[in-house]
Amino acid sequence: MRLLERFTSTSGREGSPWTGLSAVFLKEMADHLTGARMRILEILILVTALGSVYTALNDIVSGGSQEFLYLRLFTTAQEPLPSLVGFLGFLVPLIAIALAFDAVNSEFNRRTLSRILAQPVYRDAFLFGKFLACLATLAVVFSAIWLLVFGIGILRLGVPPTAEETGRALMFLFATIFYAGIWAALALLFSIVFRSPATAALASLAVWLFFTAFWDIVAGLLVPVLGPKQILTIGDMLALGELELALARISPTTLYGEIAVILLQPVVRSLGLVLPIQLDRALLGSPLPLGQSLIMIWPHLTGLVAVTILLFALGYVLFQRQEIRA
Amino acid sequence: MSEFVLEANNLTKRYGNFLAVDHLNLAIREGEVFGLLGPNGAGKTTTILMLLGLTEPTEGQVRVLGFDPARQPLSVKARTGYMPDQVGFYDDLTARENLTYIARLNGIPYREIERRVDAALERVKLTEVAHQRVGTFSRGMRQRLGLADVLIKEPRLIIMDEPTQGLDPELAREFLGLIRGLKEDGITILLSSHLLHQVQAVCDRVGLFNRGRMALQGTVAELARQVLGGAYRIQIQADGPAEKLSDALQRIPQVIQAHHAGANRFEVEARDDLRAEAAEAVVKAGGRLLSLNVEQQSLDEIYARYFEEAKHAAA
Ligand SMILES: Nc1ncnc2c1ncn2[C@@H]1O[C@H](COP(=O)(O)OP(=O)(O)OP(=O)(O)O)[C@@H](O)[C@H]1O
Ligand SMILES: [Mg+2]
Repeated sequence: MRLLERFTSTSGREGSPWTGLSAVFLKEMADHLTGARMRILEILILVTALGSVYTALNDIVSGGSQEFLYLRLFTTAQEPLPSLVGFLGFLVPLIAIALAFDAVNSEFNRRTLSRILAQPVYRDAFLFGKFLACLATLAVVFSAIWLLVFGIGILRLGVPPTAEETGRALMFLFATIFYAGIWAALALLFSIVFRSPATAALASLAVWLFFTAFWDIVAGLLVPVLGPKQILTIGDMLALGELELALARISPTTLYGEIAVILLQPVVRSLGLVLPIQLDRALLGSPLPLGQSLIMIWPHLTGLVAVTILLFALGYVLFQRQEIRA
Repeated sequence: MSEFVLEANNLTKRYGNFLAVDHLNLAIREGEVFGLLGPNGAGKTTTILMLLGLTEPTEGQVRVLGFDPARQPLSVKARTGYMPDQVGFYDDLTARENLTYIARLNGIPYREIERRVDAALERVKLTEVAHQRVGTFSRGMRQRLGLADVLIKEPRLIIMDEPTQGLDPELAREFLGLIRGLKEDGITILLSSHLLHQVQAVCDRVGLFNRGRMALQGTVAELARQVLGGAYRIQIQADGPAEKLSDALQRIPQVIQAHHAGANRFEVEARDDLRAEAAEAVVKAGGRLLSLNVEQQSLDEIYARYFEEAKHAAA
């Protein structure tokens, strides 16, 4: 009842909910872009990007298919280095977490929070401003990397990127920002829950580790429990396959990996099981048009965004209820 | 709008089973300086947080400048300055940058910001260090910056939680001077403290807080009458027969109590300034009057006496 009251009273509250949003956003953005933390992250990401693109270039120049050269800069791995996409898969969460894990609790510990919340700003505007600043900072960093990759490509490959390559890379950039959004929202949530930034960082990293390293194992254990008891028909087979896929996709890391495959390797036409009937459509070799690729990853993208919104909303509810003493 | 700038009715806050604030009633008039007094844990900070809508009351209503902090938080916060008991700043920003951020949050027009920041810094005498990082500031400078921060929005009401905490006597006096200056500008002020003589120095009225209840409320003289019984305490030094002298003093009309306080000293509690009558009584009773003093009622004494009695009552 009280909760209901709270919600009706928030919907009927005075003034724009976004009063002060731009002030918070600009301040946070300036903090991020000038902070020492950002310098470290930039160096980290620059080194990995240069390293993996350099090895990819060696591979590309030494032969192989001449299609989608620029996309191959992202996806080519050469021992001992993983591809740039592989790097991004685990660097992006780390960067997002690094930017957001102390967003709220550091203000609390510096005792600036009560002073800020005594200004005419809603708590959601404050939170959202911080979140947006995180996303914008991440967008700036990733865009810089993308430009760097393309720049190196133009210098070393000698051919300009095609429109399709550019489009696909751009879509992948957006997807990467969304993917980062989930981890930023998670870290922001923990920065509200835990008063100590170290605990918040640790909790975020634990979740990240769980999904990158252990989720496959957990999903493997869950499949026999949840799946069909006997495999008799092809229907059972399919059901089992779908279940495996569905479980795997609970992890944002899997979603991001699939998005990367679809967008950057257009010859891959399907995810998961392929039936013989579908084979002519899933024929390897002829690349999928960009539009079709987009349709395939659309559910993934909406999934990423939905989880981000959910995490943010949860953080907001917890923050709204928190009493801010000094 | 009612005549009161700030009103609280039956304001109550419960933490689980613990009653932090218990049916508090409070009304502060425009231009008044009101002091909330009470020992640690009395519920002063909790009350202030509820007045500002920073925490939800369990029960009761609040009106600040005619607005309800729960329903119209932006209107309240745009007009009310709040200085928390431990002001914090962004240490890596300068004083000016810190204030500018607050001005932006208040939606103050761009051209206006610089003027207001300058005026606020000037007022608290921090103009010279405006471009210094706040991380390098001393406690006193931070506290003054806290006041500047509150002044940015040109508030009608300022609420300060223990504003002189941690300041040396010199700085504290200076700070109280600043507060008096604000009062002259017509700003209503509510402050909490347990430094009694400071409260007495600036406040028009005080409220004595004890375990979540507002035990007493009024001007210092009113409180003295309630707690100490008499508003005046006269100290007399006189040679002569002790019995006889204290009897004579006791017989003066308006005297509440007179007693022999050892050696040649006597104490008289009275409802009025009875120095002349007391002198006469001493002389008539055959005493030799050596000195006669009327003691100013100090809040310290009221406070000590009140809590002593409260402790006895509880035991
Ligand atoms: N979140 C909370 N949960 C439980 N009890 C609380 C909480 N916050 C405050 N209290 C209790 O409420 C009481 C009043 O606290 P409050 O901070 O208002 O006191 P105060 O008068 O400001 O004291 P001080 O002079 O030490 O600042 C205290 O006994 C405190 O322990
Ligand atoms: Mg307090």
